[in-house]
Amino acid sequence: MAAEPGSKPEFMQRDAEFTTISGQEIDPLYTEEDLDPGLEDRVGEPGSYPFTRGPYPSMYRGRLWTMRQFAGFGTARETNERFHYLLDHGQTGLSTAFDMPTLMGYDSDHERSLGEVGREGVAVDSLDDMEQLFAGIPLGGVTTSMTINAPAAILLAYYVLVGESQGVPPEKLGGTIQTDILKEYIAQKEWCFPIEPAMRLVTDMIEWCTETMPRWHPVSISGYHIREAGSTAQQELAFTLKDGFTYVERAIERGMDVDDFAPRLSFFFNAHVDFFEEIAKYRAARRIWARELRDTYGAKREESMRLRFHTQTAGVSLTAQQPLNNIVRTSLEAMAAVLGGTQSLHTNSFDEALALPTEEAVRVALRTQQIIAAESGVTATADPLGGSWFVEKLTDEMEAAAYGYFERIDELGGMVEAIRRNFPQREIADASFVYQQELNERKRIVVGVNDFTQDDEEPTAILKIDPALEAEQVGRVRAMRAARDGAAVESALAELKGAAAGEGNLMPPILAAARARATEGEMIAAMQEVFGTYTESPVF
Amino acid sequence: MTTATARKIRVVVAKPGLDGHDRGAKIIARALRDAGMEVIYTGLHQTPEQIAETVIQEDADAVGLSILSGAHMTLVPKVVALLAEQGVDDVLVTVGGTIPADDIPELKKLGVAAVFTPGAGTDEIVDFIRAGATERHERGE
Repeated sequence: MAAEPGSKPEFMQRDAEFTTISGQEIDPLYTEEDLDPGLEDRVGEPGSYPFTRGPYPSMYRGRLWTMRQFAGFGTARETNERFHYLLDHGQTGLSTAFDMPTLMGYDSDHERSLGEVGREGVAVDSLDDMEQLFAGIPLGGVTTSMTINAPAAILLAYYVLVGESQGVPPEKLGGTIQTDILKEYIAQKEWCFPIEPAMRLVTDMIEWCTETMPRWHPVSISGYHIREAGSTAQQELAFTLKDGFTYVERAIERGMDVDDFAPRLSFFFNAHVDFFEEIAKYRAARRIWARELRDTYGAKREESMRLRFHTQTAGVSLTAQQPLNNIVRTSLEAMAAVLGGTQSLHTNSFDEALALPTEEAVRVALRTQQIIAAESGVTATADPLGGSWFVEKLTDEMEAAAYGYFERIDELGGMVEAIRRNFPQREIADASFVYQQELNERKRIVVGVNDFTQDDEEPTAILKIDPALEAEQVGRVRAMRAARDGAAVESALAELKGAAAGEGNLMPPILAAARARATEGEMIAAMQEVFGTYTESPVF
Repeated sequence: MTTATARKIRVVVAKPGLDGHDRGAKIIARALRDAGMEVIYTGLHQTPEQIAETVIQEDADAVGLSILSGAHMTLVPKVVALLAEQGVDDVLVTVGGTIPADDIPELKKLGVAAVFTPGAGTDEIVDFIRAGATERHERGE
């Protein structure tokens, strides 16, 4: 195939799809010519504005990412054992998965909790459970992440009180609580209150943590669940950043100085299997956040502009078929997260399309990170992909796609209004349907699912949650209620309800009720009497 | 479909329990709708009572229960029992989600017609529901 002199060379091309998993067209070759002028300013150096190349100058040469495996099942006792197991195997931070009733603000003995207790995470009803969850783990020496949103303030209060009982004051506690309620309405769908009071609670937590817990991240602005719900990489990036800007605006409206709270905001992204697209997403995220914080929100401190994030590999990319192949998918995704400059990482276990992971599967997942860190050599230099024409072009395109969405959301009146009008929800549903059709038509191949299938698979041993644990937990919360000072609880809950009807920060009355051993469900119910509940009108 | 009535096949797609994983339910709802069926999607966090009531009120031919919370062995039997209590014994009940292989025989024993696990194609599900619901129509219901 000799090309005419001066014309573009022709490329031989297989009959295959050359778009990213999100549908972005990819050219057969990238050169310097593909990039707009001004690349040096857009890319910069690691550790400097606009942080495209990473938040810190030396990146993993200075310090590795935190290996943080998300864990939680059964009662606090089982999960505490898993925490000790992970710490004993070299994990460097804790991450707590709560069960569905805890995420929705129901106690384990609530009728809606039946069959759900301890199934998808650990059941935490009260301070007693939190004490057991962290038994034998000095909270001054670890950082803890807690994946909880609508009831986040209550779980934070329990954690602070466990710290207090160990002699660790709140200012010494390090970690993250998710608290990102906007992405709940968009994607994860675990809520307790209507949007406005939920936003007030988020702002209360930002305010309280800024004053009281300087080492704590009060919000982890999360794209993970948006992606898992079926969004594209571009939607994940755009909706997540827009959620972040919305929290910044609320805190500024509350009268806070952006440079006081913005350094404690952190992010949580998905690492899907399309390697370069994911790397471009992280790089674009840092650049957009830095620019908007400086230029739109008036941040002066570099710490306010420096986006730091946790990553989890994509649960949705895992297949129930030939599950060992998931180890390979997870490795690629983890590598993308590392080359994209993540600060902390959870690698999924190969059996998670089937059930919660077994101990063996979790160990392989953790080892995957350790192999990348110790053996692959990618940690030796900061941002090894910086300056790649392909990666820089993808980063620019990712950024442009995000700004396209920002405009559409602004036209709808901002993110809260866009959610009320189902805009992000509909975009995600459409994207996930398109992807499914592409799989049906075999336009995209998933190994073991629509190609390279195998009929004679051996069944995989999976983790089973003992059904007796639910009854045990129900007994535990009932015994706790019977043993506590009922009058003190009543009065603390009345205080909380009164505060909810007023305008003050809700953290102090929540802490007081937690100390009196009010349950999570009781506190949520007290606030719901004032705030009401939320029902979605679903789109598909 | 010569003997089928002019009425479209009516399917309730339901999300029992507390999990918010609605990606699969929405994809199935849309695929069934695109295949010409009347789809009623309940939305999230439904109790078994709410689901049974919807199935009866909508005179559905089929109900698809999507569960990814691990609570299927509690919630599915409840929905099936509530339907039976109301004298509804001809609605095609299917389950989708992260259902361990060991639980599938037990669900089928309860009367669940099919269990679709991760990786099942929408065409397969649409065909199954169409075949089952057409049979119901042909019995003259």
